[in-house]
Amino acid sequence: MKIIVTSQGGSLESPVDPRFGRAAWFLIYDSETGQHQVIENTQSVDAPQGAGIKAAETVSRLGAEVVITGHCGPKAFHTLRAAGIRVVLAAEGTIASALDEFKAGRLKPSQSPDVEGHW
Amino acid sequence: MRELVVISGKGGTGKTSIVASLAALAGRAVIVDCDVDAADLHLVLAPVMRRRQEFRSGRKAVIRQADCTGCGICLAECRSEAVRTTNHSGAGCKFHIDPFSCDGCGVCVQFCPEQAIDFPERVCGEWFISDTRFGPMVHARLAIAAENSGKLVSIVRREARIIAEERKSRWILVDGPPGIGCPVIASVTGASLVLVVTEPTLSAEHDMERVLKLARHFGIPCLVCVNKWEINPQMTDRVERKAELLGAAIAGRICYDRAVTTAMVHGATVEEFGGRAAEDIRQMWKEIERLAGSDSFTC
Amino acid sequence: MIIAVASGKGGTGKTTIAVNMAFCLPPPVMLLDCDVEEPNCAIFLKPVIRKAESCSLPAPVIDQAACNACGECSRICQYNAIVVLKQSALAFPELCHGCGGCSKICPTGAITEGERVIGVIEFGASRIMEFVQGRLDVGQPLSPPLIRAVKRHIAPEGVTIIDCPPGTSCPVITAVRGSDFVVLVTEPTPFGLHDLKLAVETMRTLGLHFGVVINRADVGDANAAQYCHYEQIPVLLELRDDRRVAVAYSKGQLVVEAVPELRPAFERLCRKIPDLWHLREANVAVGENGAAEHRRAWPI
Repeated sequence: MKIIVTSQGGSLESPVDPRFGRAAWFLIYDSETGQHQVIENTQSVDAPQGAGIKAAETVSRLGAEVVITGHCGPKAFHTLRAAGIRVVLAAEGTIASALDEFKAGRLKPSQSPDVEGHW
Repeated sequence: MRELVVISGKGGTGKTSIVASLAALAGRAVIVDCDVDAADLHLVLAPVMRRRQEFRSGRKAVIRQADCTGCGICLAECRSEAVRTTNHSGAGCKFHIDPFSCDGCGVCVQFCPEQAIDFPERVCGEWFISDTRFGPMVHARLAIAAENSGKLVSIVRREARIIAEERKSRWILVDGPPGIGCPVIASVTGASLVLVVTEPTLSAEHDMERVLKLARHFGIPCLVCVNKWEINPQMTDRVERKAELLGAAIAGRICYDRAVTTAMVHGATVEEFGGRAAEDIRQMWKEIERLAGSDSFTC
Repeated sequence: MIIAVASGKGGTGKTTIAVNMAFCLPPPVMLLDCDVEEPNCAIFLKPVIRKAESCSLPAPVIDQAACNACGECSRICQYNAIVVLKQSALAFPELCHGCGGCSKICPTGAITEGERVIGVIEFGASRIMEFVQGRLDVGQPLSPPLIRAVKRHIAPEGVTIIDCPPGTSCPVITAVRGSDFVVLVTEPTPFGLHDLKLAVETMRTLGLHFGVVINRADVGDANAAQYCHYEQIPVLLELRDDRRVAVAYSKGQLVVEAVPELRPAFERLCRKIPDLWHLREANVAVGENGAAEHRRAWPI
């Protein structure tokens, strides 16, 4: 399955980006093959509004089943859930360690957003 | 580190003068001017600019006159009343877009049968990182008729946060915009606390109610202070009671003091100039620090 | 004739000038409160409201059965108000600017336009004048559509006074455009002057005729008056700082009623404006004392 982690850089050793909508990068990890690729979040990072919504659309199009990030606002959360994507919050450290935490079941999907929307 | 955002609802209640004095009192603060539409804080803090950045937001439609056939589809589709007739003699009817009315929706760009409409990014202003005698300052200048979505406000707050983290500042002090719209929302979300500066007038009371509702909607603890309070002491009591009913705490009262204007004319903060209002602001700052430090203070 | 009252800086006395001018003008007069985020004219004019209408913006309504998830709506939307997921589209009306792009571009007709209330327009009368105000719902981000809706009620005859929001951004532009004359209210302080210059630049960019009122003229410094003189901007009125005016304002009273000796000053202000406007229409320059000078194109 495809897991997308918000990232501050281009590799598995990069720190997790705590933001979802305005995350710098999306790291797409394929749990079956162990391969990964990174794409820059250019569409949303500069948006005056709706960055989270647009980012959710992007990750949905990329085929994500799970999103791992720090925080997520209500509109982005709603969009991700509408797309059938599980949202894992409060991730910290590097991408690699966040993925390990998730696989080990220590990071679990959330039932609700954890922050208010903002610019 | 705490972020205090000073707003007013109604303009002209003395927000900027008060923020300037708080900057003088706070020590180890990063100062932010989020009143990007009509920024004034720099007139007192005299910032020395270190970094300047262009601010781009949204797009605007531009009709290439040579390719326009005057079909009028853009005029029919535009909901912002932005399409105007170009006055040419003998060149036939053509249209152009008034950039001050264009909302950047892109509908005309999409539906022009000649694809005669360009859609470039719009430069809406610029922002700056500067030094002042009280610490670093992040401020901005919005261009005339620019969109005021709150994006520029968010940018200056974000930059201020980065600086505050680097310097381990105790406070981020924000001079907020008037009103209750997008720029105000962008200036308060995620703040530690909000201070509403109001006056003992019916207009200010009316506007204070609206802005307190907004802050409550975002779950931010609120403080209120009545400026120029002796103009109407009964009204002051009434405004304070209303503020408390709406869940705000009273941070203090500032007297009406001509020294506030004199200080401004001399390019000084009220705190540096001295006087009765300066003393009231000092008391208020003590109260703000006390409330910010106490666990029981919530909205 | 449409007279807008604006300022760069908030709190200079726009509403005071607007309501007192409206009160001093002979009928038919209308006052439009276009400061829709914080409308305050009603506090002073105390109109009897006879009708209220909600003001709505169009918002997308999606028929999921007809949606083929082609993504065109999401591509055209500049505001991220509509996105397309695997088999459906999802709209966020609160971000929508009401441009109609998504419903126009949808190839299957799956998007229609519903309505979303953003505020209210109230109609009434105060003394001898007609009164209309717009009030934006708290939390709504967009004021220009409501301001445009209020302005659709401008009276065809007589004088309409428009109380504008402070500043120089989108909402202000929407409120002032199309006016015959703009009264810019300032105070003689560094903040006031700085913001007045921004307002002047805005009016010149929009090609609007304008003049300046200096409120609390004896507080602060002489720079605002000097600036107007240097820029050949007519100063229509200078009001001295008067505690009686401040107290009347704080109680929601009209200045010309609470302090009757100031009424002639407001009446003079009202008379000056049409004179200036007509002179400009005839392409004649006007000096700051209101007298006609040599012929010169009006600077835009």
